Amino acid sequence: MSLSENLFYFLSFLAIFSALMVVFAKNPIHSVLYLILVFFALTGHYILLNAQFLAIVNIIVYAGAIMVLFLFVIMFLNLKKEGDISAKSVFVKVAGVVSGGLLLLVMIASLKSLEPYQLKADIKTDIGLVENLGKVLYNDFLLPFELASILFLAAMVGAVMLGKRESGERNF
Amino acid sequence: MVEIITKIPLEYYIILASVLFCIGVIGVLIRRNALIIFMCVELMLNAVNMLFIAFSAYRGDASGQVFVFFIMAVAAAEVAVGLAIIVMIYRNTRSVDVGELNKLRY
Repeated sequence: MSLSENLFYFLSFLAIFSALMVVFAKNPIHSVLYLILVFFALTGHYILLNAQFLAIVNIIVYAGAIMVLFLFVIMFLNLKKEGDISAKSVFVKVAGVVSGGLLLLVMIASLKSLEPYQLKADIKTDIGLVENLGKVLYNDFLLPFELASILFLAAMVGAVMLGKRESGERNF
Repeated sequence: MVEIITKIPLEYYIILASVLFCIGVIGVLIRRNALIIFMCVELMLNAVNMLFIAFSAYRGDASGQVFVFFIMAVAAAEVAVGLAIIVMIYRNTRSVDVGELNKLRY
């Protein structure tokens, strides 16, 4: 087995193990740290697939910005005691795992009806570089790119409005 | 690093993304902490992102990677608003337990 194959299996194992730990960790802070590990493993996958721009964006946006926001909120809310959260009954947990497993079964089973994908000989491998992705983004996807700025404006206004304290509100 | 698409079949990436997505679904179903549920939603988003990038790399088409860029932008906006809502819930109910948010049922 070559290095890249070994890396693929290692990163896949790391991603799945960390994802399981996100779900089953008792402490929310541990969940966040394992989620960061998932994001780093996926970033490794992106580099293996030669999507270098998205690998960097994944580190900066997800592991950098979003997870810091999560950590900040968890520490801000001071959720150390697990007793605050009422535990779901074992029946509900088993039902959740079974239904998730059935969903996985359906998705994997649908693969059987597919023919194996034949790779084209003259495939372009440098599409993930900043230069090529930028050309596509600013030529073909210019309107969605501008609309994303309106979405950000709306999200910004919404977050400020939600975070504001109002006079009639119950505050602790 | 380019030779990965000749060594690993595309199906392996589909299976990996399906497993990650289903772990996210299970997390949403069995946890009651609103923050953990939110993190599992992020996990599902990332599984889909990885599938997009794998398809895009195997087909040599850059549109999929641009789409992932937009998904990341939308996810960032979603997290900002979602965490503001969770802080709001905590301020009003003094917990982030989704089991307590059952007033809409009646």
